[in-house]
Amino acid sequence: MTEKVLMSGNHIIGEAAIRAGCRFYAGYPITPQNELCEYMSEHIREQEGGVFIQSESEIAAVNMVEGAASTGARAMTSSSSPGISLKQEGISFLAACEIPALIVNIMRGGPGLGNIRPSQGDYFQATRGGGHGDYRTIVLAPATCQEMADLTMDAFDLADRYRTPVMLLADGMMGQMMEPVVFKEPKPRDYPDMFMLRGAGGGKSHFIRGLLLDQLEEEEHNWKLARKYAIIEQRETRCEYFQTEDADVVIVAYGTSARVAKGAIKRLRPMGMKVGLFRPITLWPFPMNELRKLSEKTKYFLDFEMSLGQMIDDVRLALQGYADIGFFGRPGGVVPTPVELANIIEQRYFKNNGPEKRG
Amino acid sequence: MPMKKIFSKPASLKDAPFHYCPGCGHSIAHRLLCEAFDELDIRGIAIGVPPAGCAVLAYNYLDVDMIESAHGRGPAVATGIKRMLPDRVVFSYQGDGDLAAIGIAESFHAANRGENISVFFINNAVYGMTGGQMAPTTTMGQRTTTSPLGRSKELEGHPVQVCELFSHLRGTTYIERCAVNTPANILKTKKAILKSLQYQIDKRGFTLVEILSPCPTNWKMSPVEACKWISDVMTKEFPLGVMKDIPSAQQKKGVDAHEQ
Repeated sequence: MTEKVLMSGNHIIGEAAIRAGCRFYAGYPITPQNELCEYMSEHIREQEGGVFIQSESEIAAVNMVEGAASTGARAMTSSSSPGISLKQEGISFLAACEIPALIVNIMRGGPGLGNIRPSQGDYFQATRGGGHGDYRTIVLAPATCQEMADLTMDAFDLADRYRTPVMLLADGMMGQMMEPVVFKEPKPRDYPDMFMLRGAGGGKSHFIRGLLLDQLEEEEHNWKLARKYAIIEQRETRCEYFQTEDADVVIVAYGTSARVAKGAIKRLRPMGMKVGLFRPITLWPFPMNELRKLSEKTKYFLDFEMSLGQMIDDVRLALQGYADIGFFGRPGGVVPTPVELANIIEQRYFKNNGPEKRG
Repeated sequence: MPMKKIFSKPASLKDAPFHYCPGCGHSIAHRLLCEAFDELDIRGIAIGVPPAGCAVLAYNYLDVDMIESAHGRGPAVATGIKRMLPDRVVFSYQGDGDLAAIGIAESFHAANRGENISVFFINNAVYGMTGGQMAPTTTMGQRTTTSPLGRSKELEGHPVQVCELFSHLRGTTYIERCAVNTPANILKTKKAILKSLQYQIDKRGFTLVEILSPCPTNWKMSPVEACKWISDVMTKEFPLGVMKDIPSAQQKKGVDAHEQ
C-alpha cells in the first residue's frame, strides 16, 4: 500500500508495528504515549492471533513481552520516561537471553515524575544499556512521522537479526505530532525456528536463560554479546547530513531538536551564515566515524539537545581533538524555538562575520 | 518369578542429580510435576517458567521447554507465552518471596485476569537461596536471619495466606494447599498438580497449587524435624485443603440435572 495518510506519531508507530507483523503488545498508560496503547488495544486485536494486554505495571508489560517474544512472536511494549525506568529490569533480561523485542520510549521531562512535556533526558539511559550488566540496546531516533513508520518496521528486523531488544526513542512532541506518512511494504520475516520456545514436541527440550553461575561461562556469554555489539557498531549506524557540504558550523542534534535545528538553519542561511546539521538516526550505535569525517571540512560543531548535555559525550568521543565542540541545550521539557537556536548560533559563531570560537 | 518394574524415574525428569539440600521439598515437587507430565502426556507441549530462587535451575531437571524469569515475574512471562500459544500447557513454578513479595502484582493480576495457566507455589516460609531471610510467609514468631527475635505482627505483620487471598479473585477456578512432608500429603499434592494441569487443558482459567515444603537447612532442623514442623506449625498458619474449586459447566449441568 502506497497511499499517503495523515496520522499522529503514536498511531503511526502502532500501525507500522502491526504491518511489520507485531502480534503482541502489552503496556501501561502513561502520558504522552497513551494514544499508542489505545491504538493497539483496537487494532492489534483485529489481526488473527493479535494480543493486547493492558498490564498491571510497566514491569509486567516488559516481562509479558519477553514471554510472547520467546515463542517467536513479534512483540512490543511502549511507555514514557518513568515507565521506561521500570522496564529496565526486563530490557536487561531480553539482552541477556537474546530475545528480540521493540521498546518504544516517548520521552517526557524528568528526572522523577518530571512533567509530560517533550524532552530528551533519557539519552544516557537508552544508549548506555539502562539496566544492569554489560549490554547495549540498538536505539533508533526518528525525527519525522515518516521515519517513525520506517524505523518501527526496521526496528523489528534489527531485533530479529541480532536477537536483541531495540528501542525507538522519540519524545512527546513526536508522539503527538501529525504528518502525512506512507507505510512501506514490510520485509518478509527471517527468524529461525530454533530460537522459538514452542514446547519440545517429540524432540529435545530446550531452555532460555541468562543465569550462568560459573563466572567463566558468564564471561564467555558477555564476550559473545560484545562481539555481536561490535558487528552492530560496524554495520548499523545511520545518520542524515543536512547542508553540511559547505558548512562553517555543524549542529549535531537528533529527533525533535534536529527539527528545531533545521528551522534555525533555514533562518541563518539566507543571512549568509553557513550552518549545517548532522543528525544521528541511530543513537547506539552512534555514527562516530561519519561525524568525525565531517571535521575534515568543518571545525565548529554545536551539540544541541533538549537535555543537559548527554549526547555530547558521544560527540566528544567523535570530535575531541579534531574540532571545536560547543553545547546548547534546555532540559525539563522545554522545546527551544528555531529563533532561539538561530540567535545562539549567530552570537557564538558569526558575530564578527565569521565563525569564531565561543568565549 | 520374573522381576516386575513397579517404580522408575519419570520420562519427563532429566537424568541429573538434584543440587537441592538433603530434605528439601523441591526435588519431590519436581518429580511430582514430571510424573504428571508423563501421565497427561504433555511433555511435548509444556512450557515452564522457573523462578529466581532455589528452583532457578529447574530447567536442569524438568525435561520440558523452559524460560528463565526475573524475580517474581513468572506469571507475566507465562501470560505472554500462553497468549501466543493457547494450546500449550504453560506453568510457572515459584517460591514464596517470588510469588508473594516481589511478584505479588504479577501473580495477583494474572490470577485476576483468569490467565489459563498453572502456578505451582512452593512455600517454605523463608528465602532459601539467599540464606534463610524472612519471607512473606514466615510464620508468627519464626526466627530467621532478618527476624532474629521472631516474626512479630507489630514489626513484620502477618504471614501472607496466598491461597485464601487468591480464592477471592473471580478469575481463579481451582486453588488448593498441599504439603510434601508425609507420603499421604505427597500423594495429595500429586493429585492437585494433575488437577491443575487438567483444568488448564480444559481451558478453565487460573489454577494455583501451594505446596508447603521443608527447608531443613534454613530452619536449622533435621529433615525429619522439618517435616514434623510443617504439621505442627506451618499448617496452623496455612491450613491444608481445597480453597476453591469451581465445577465445570458440564459438571454444573450434571448437578442441576440431579437436583431436578
